[in-house]
Amino acid sequence: MTTKKMAIIATKGTLDMAYPPFILASTAAALGYEVQVFFTFYGLQLLRKDLSDVKISPLANPAMPMPVPMPVMVQMLPGMETMATMMMKDKLKKKGVASLEELRSLCQEADVKFIACQMTVDLFDFQKSDFIDGIEYGGAAMFLGFAGDTDICLFV
Amino acid sequence: MNFDKEFDASGLSCPLPILKTKKALADMTSGQVLKMIATDCGSVKDMQAFADQTGNPLLSSTEEGGKYIFFMKKK
Repeated sequence: MTTKKMAIIATKGTLDMAYPPFILASTAAALGYEVQVFFTFYGLQLLRKDLSDVKISPLANPAMPMPVPMPVMVQMLPGMETMATMMMKDKLKKKGVASLEELRSLCQEADVKFIACQMTVDLFDFQKSDFIDGIEYGGAAMFLGFAGDTDICLFV
Repeated sequence: MNFDKEFDASGLSCPLPILKTKKALADMTSGQVLKMIATDCGSVKDMQAFADQTGNPLLSSTEEGGKYIFFMKKK
């Protein structure tokens, strides 16, 4: 049986959008897939050692379930993003959903390859020391070299 | 059913029961049986899918008072 392959492009750096790439990558690896995730633009935030800046905003996010209806004018007040993030993290924990840090390290343990987009690293003047160990840096051609030969390829 | 190893994934949500099953199987030998308990109802279909895709036979999948109990044999 040939090994199945999956490639994911992670472009978002918010709490809600951080979950799909890590959940799918870790699960695919558990199923025996060879997996690579290419982190570009805001997705790069997901490779930082410190994930405390990965937040969720109720603003312009009308589908987010809220405990009480909240007018947009209130959602834009200072501190609302931090509060929404705290509430979401609390909910995730209560429901037994893994933290991003946990899913990310499960991916790495399972040999999921993380690639940071070199162009975006340079664009935003990120320091390699801000990122976790064990990742690679590369560009579109490097990613496509793997993605072109995969069974599943997703853009998140 | 006899088993060689057991772990309880109660309270954990997708995909943790699957990821922890994979880890538990890693240090078992071929033919040994793993018992896994979960409370996530999604794990019923996920465990079957895990068995189908990895070739580790799912010997039984039952529900008892809100707990899902699985026996999986390592291939």
